[in-house]
Amino acid sequence: MPGFNSKEYKKTSQGYHPKPPYFINALKAFVVGGLICVLGELLSEMYIHWFGFKEKDAGDPTVATLILLAALATGFGVYDRLGQFAGAGSAVPVTGFANSITSAALEHKSEGLVLGVATNLFKLAGSVIVFGVVAAYVLGVIRFTWQALF
Amino acid sequence: MTKIGKQTWGYTKPVYIQSTGTAVGPLEGQGPLKDTFDKVYSELHCNEDNWELAERRLMLDAVNQSLQKAGVDQRNIDLFLAGDLLNQNVTGNYVARHLGIPLIGMFGACSTSMETLATGAALISSGYAKHAIAAVSSHNATAERQFRYPTEYGGQKPKTATYTVTGSGAALLSSKPSAVKVEAATIGKVMDYGITDPFDMGSAMAPAAWDTIKTHLEDMGRVPNDYDVIATGDLSAVGSPIVRDMLKDDGYNISEVHKDCGLLIYHSEQPVFSGGSGCACSAVVTYGKLLNGLKDGTYKRILVVATGALMSPMMLQQKESIPGIAHAVVLAKEEGYE
Repeated sequence: MPGFNSKEYKKTSQGYHPKPPYFINALKAFVVGGLICVLGELLSEMYIHWFGFKEKDAGDPTVATLILLAALATGFGVYDRLGQFAGAGSAVPVTGFANSITSAALEHKSEGLVLGVATNLFKLAGSVIVFGVVAAYVLGVIRFTWQALF
Repeated sequence: MTKIGKQTWGYTKPVYIQSTGTAVGPLEGQGPLKDTFDKVYSELHCNEDNWELAERRLMLDAVNQSLQKAGVDQRNIDLFLAGDLLNQNVTGNYVARHLGIPLIGMFGACSTSMETLATGAALISSGYAKHAIAAVSSHNATAERQFRYPTEYGGQKPKTATYTVTGSGAALLSSKPSAVKVEAATIGKVMDYGITDPFDMGSAMAPAAWDTIKTHLEDMGRVPNDYDVIATGDLSAVGSPIVRDMLKDDGYNISEVHKDCGLLIYHSEQPVFSGGSGCACSAVVTYGKLLNGLKDGTYKRILVVATGALMSPMMLQQKESIPGIAHAVVLAKEEGYE
């Protein structure tokens, strides 16, 4: 191809890109991610003081509630807008995981319950689960070996 | 038919656009061109049960509009040239199932609008059809699902991303003289300069637009100012200045006449990142605003360069880059007709 030089073109085209506002993006992610955690903290306190959960056990209903809220926000078409605004701030907490599953379920509803929803449910979240399990297994083996040796 | 230069078709027997039809979604209906569309849906589902059906609704509306305006019975249409962005060209195929018109399904990503128009005109000029309809469609939600993530997924997109236009445009062609003549077409080569970022299709497609415009001007022996408008399809705010600068290096200054359909269709404050994209982007702008300009005499001659990113998510995962293509069609005002 005449004049084909992909490295040079890539560099040139970068010059035409609007600069990503890294600092503002990081700030937004920090604040939104923090607010989601504050909400989790409030829920946790609520379960301890009003519903008689022990501090150790309050995490379970807290996470369940956050997942429910994120799923509802996804269904109402709000979470994707929050995601565009907050980036990692809304992707990293458990709510982001819930969003990835709910959005896939919604998207594939038209192909039926089994081949649509069930098959595609973990389309985005699947890799997180796979690497989570693999990492846990590897760390478990390391810990076991360490304890056996020392 | 005559071949002009390397890649350009001249239509020896003249071909005219009898009528056009356009249908769009809500965001396009709030944009600056809202009055130029035939049908605007206020909701992305277009009164249908799923996104794919919604896209078909748009294409069927656009085709029906063009038939109605031309006053031609659909049984008299010899060919339906249709394309969209979905796997197996489902929108075109399933719309053709309703129409009962012989179908040629085409794919050139977002360049399909001018690909179908140029091919339809060629088949009419050479006598293989008397009437033909060229139609394309795209839908924001079907494209998101096909090429990116589920629509409600909360991923963050960079500013270089484009926003797929929801809509469809159709043009009814025949050799009966009317206000808009299809004068020539330049079929583009696939150009790949190694861009791998699916959120930067403007950069990926700019070399294809550059090559097609340059070849077109050389083939026709013309300069940019022979056109009142040179409209690229969906290069957006990123690709548009790249193609202008690339052509400037070759001694062609298109700055005065260049417009990009992806930038015309939305207000800059709408949430569309660097502009619109999709087959429908160039189709609804050309078959609406630009054709109106030719009909009312604002323009004498325009060049529409529909640009396509031939992107496949699977190829990208296999570490391939995004090839681009661009097809150009010259539309000219035929004096004495409105």
